[in-house]
Amino acid sequence: MSKERIGVYVCHCGSNIAGVVDVAEVARWASEALQDDGVVVARDYKFMCSSLGQELIEADIREQGLTRVVVAACSPHLHEHTFRKATERGGLNPYLCEMVSIREQVSWVHTDRHKATEKAKALVAGGVERVVHHEPLEPIRVPINEATLVVGGGIAGIQAALEIADSGYPVYLVEREPSIGGHMAQFDKTFPTLDCAACILTPKMVSVGDHPNITLLTWSEVEQVDGYVGNFEVTIRKKARYVNEELCTGCGICEEKCPKRVIDNVYEAGLGYRKAVYRPFPQAVPKYPVIDTKNCIYFERGKCKACQIFCPTKAIDFEQEDQIIQVKVGNIILATGYDLFDARRIPQLGYGRLANVFTSLEFERMCNAAGPTNGEIVLRDGVTKPQSVAIIHCVGSRDRNYNNYCSVICCMSSLKFAHLVKERTGAEVYNFYIDMRTAFKDYDEFYQKVLSEGTHFIRGRVAEVTDAARLPGEEGKLIVQCEDTFIGKQRRIPVDMVILSAGLEPRRDAKEVAKKFGISCSADSWFIEKHPKLDPVATMTEGIFIAGACQGPKDIPASVSQGAAAAARVLSHIQQKELSLEPVRASVIEEKCSGCRICNGLCPFNAIIFHEDRRVTEINPALCQGCGTCVAACPSGAITGTQFSNEQVLAQLEGLLKIPVNGSSARLPEPELA
Amino acid sequence: MSEPFEPLIIGFTCNWCSYRAADLAGTSREKYPPNIRLIRLMCSGRLDPTFVLKALAGGADGVLITGCHPGECHYLEQNFKALRRYLLLRRLLTQMGVEPARVRLVWASAAEGVRLAAEIDRFVEEVRRLGPLNWPAVVSENGAEMPEPATEVTA
Repeated sequence: MSKERIGVYVCHCGSNIAGVVDVAEVARWASEALQDDGVVVARDYKFMCSSLGQELIEADIREQGLTRVVVAACSPHLHEHTFRKATERGGLNPYLCEMVSIREQVSWVHTDRHKATEKAKALVAGGVERVVHHEPLEPIRVPINEATLVVGGGIAGIQAALEIADSGYPVYLVEREPSIGGHMAQFDKTFPTLDCAACILTPKMVSVGDHPNITLLTWSEVEQVDGYVGNFEVTIRKKARYVNEELCTGCGICEEKCPKRVIDNVYEAGLGYRKAVYRPFPQAVPKYPVIDTKNCIYFERGKCKACQIFCPTKAIDFEQEDQIIQVKVGNIILATGYDLFDARRIPQLGYGRLANVFTSLEFERMCNAAGPTNGEIVLRDGVTKPQSVAIIHCVGSRDRNYNNYCSVICCMSSLKFAHLVKERTGAEVYNFYIDMRTAFKDYDEFYQKVLSEGTHFIRGRVAEVTDAARLPGEEGKLIVQCEDTFIGKQRRIPVDMVILSAGLEPRRDAKEVAKKFGISCSADSWFIEKHPKLDPVATMTEGIFIAGACQGPKDIPASVSQGAAAAARVLSHIQQKELSLEPVRASVIEEKCSGCRICNGLCPFNAIIFHEDRRVTEINPALCQGCGTCVAACPSGAITGTQFSNEQVLAQLEGLLKIPVNGSSARLPEPELA
Repeated sequence: MSEPFEPLIIGFTCNWCSYRAADLAGTSREKYPPNIRLIRLMCSGRLDPTFVLKALAGGADGVLITGCHPGECHYLEQNFKALRRYLLLRRLLTQMGVEPARVRLVWASAAEGVRLAAEIDRFVEEVRRLGPLNWPAVVSENGAEMPEPATEVTA
């Protein structure tokens, strides 16, 4: 007979649980069969997480003198906090509550009502046995460092950095390219308003560059992240620019004098050139150029130094070396953005093989007045204006051979391209689409406008882009072969130029970055948010937030919103000054420790210290992360882990084994006696 | 024979990857057999091999251990320690006369709800084919007499 008084609460979750599990039966069974384990009350209720459900628990604690609470409902990752709070309001320590997942682990994954109900009973029995061994705990309080690290200087990162810096707190903004701006800086016009990207972005970039609270580290990458929420220590590699930032005025003479022309595959998307010493674009922030050592003649052959000779302030420094910078921050925002789908992966669309097939990013650069063609829409020869243009949607998106997901932005950017081609060349425009996705404010109005401009819309997936003419009128053209699903016929449309609206993909190194920061990636490699609806910018790792396209494809307004949202979450941490953490920690019972040191080598956080003088081991609770590997290893049972002690796990195990899969009779291992 | 044999499986899942994979299997309504019951640990490194032995001795027919993929451990490298213990545990089970196939280690990330459900499916079928474990008989066959259960103290 347990000395604890336990309350069991079985949630219907509307019909989510009650539709499969006989919740009333589970509660009835718990109140009868688990009496000996201390259950004094068991109830089922429509929505335990509602305020009425929670009040039920609070009232029982007070009126029935409960000492432990078991809630059988959804996953603890969803509502553990809710029910701990309710337990606390009832007058108990919040950690005396245990959650049992009978929704994610029972009703949503099983269909047999009887077996599901039996499993739910077993899980409840496990929870009841376990909760007896719970201890009252106090959360661990950690101070929050006021500084924040923002990784990625695209529009999401810029927005996040500005919000925090404007509130008066220091920000380190790390960007791997020589300038901040990200993809948005490459665009010409932005949909649906067609305002120029540079006109709205560059003022923000300048604010970042000038902000007294922002330390801007471009041409830099995060190498290592140590610590935990409130107290991260970040190691940043500031790559050698070979330009002394103290002396450089950003006059640009070095760029002018540099004799080496290089195809710019990053900023100009391969459509234009830069020099070996360069700024990606004239409005770059910071204004200091970078020497690209792979292409610089001096670094290749030891001669030239034209930039150094002509630099009026003697700012070129070939001896500069990478700098390793250590910063301490309380929170981190990752806004690392996306990579464009490599259209070469779909050979039948001809990119890289047929000269006049362009990617969306190339076309963006072409439209840009500051781009390689000064905003002229021309064929690859640089002079001919196209008479007809095909725009192919969903390249690499919504395609089971490449990416299943919708890249969100391509419909709208394809419509924008259609408008720009019409406006600037008067060419015939054909848009090949699967579905037109123009959700969000003013987007569909833009679609209507493009429709009224006379663009042809053909619904169907493009099979092939080819230069092999078969019919009269096709000579010298690119032929787009496609099924027009509205008329149910194959069509061949000869055009001069093809634009592939390539989809968005996670950064190539997203997995590596996620590992560095201790967060997870989805199967596609997008960073995973804490909750897809209710917590889209937080991650499972406290103190690490995500914003913008690194979390999934999104357009500029959504990226800006997420940047601001992540900043708001960080500001809330900063203003709380300290944060409570789950008290899941290991500790050594000194009297039991034999000093064998088996545990000593197991901790990757260096939390285990051995006292030579006393021959005992101790665990530093500030460094311990609570994995419990040392607890499992200790041969003397001298290490215990709060919330996951041997007693708790074994008691839960005992409860889970009480009921066989099929029936409700207790099953115990009886030795077969002859 | 009254009912067909339904194996009882205990799963030890890590809080960060596979427990979330189980959550994801739920939210995406993936179906798997109800023979498995999960216990949440913070990390597969927390798994004391004793837990597995106790589970088998207490009536489980199989034990599934799940953790983050190698290199993706929330605690950096503790899943490797789980792997080491798992390999030793399998040898120990063999020596005790228990089929090592009754214990399986599976890596499942938080995104792999579908995979976890499929692995559970497969494992349940394999243990079903192995039949009931019947631990006491197995252990006494190895020479060691099962100690008599302590006489019930009647209050």
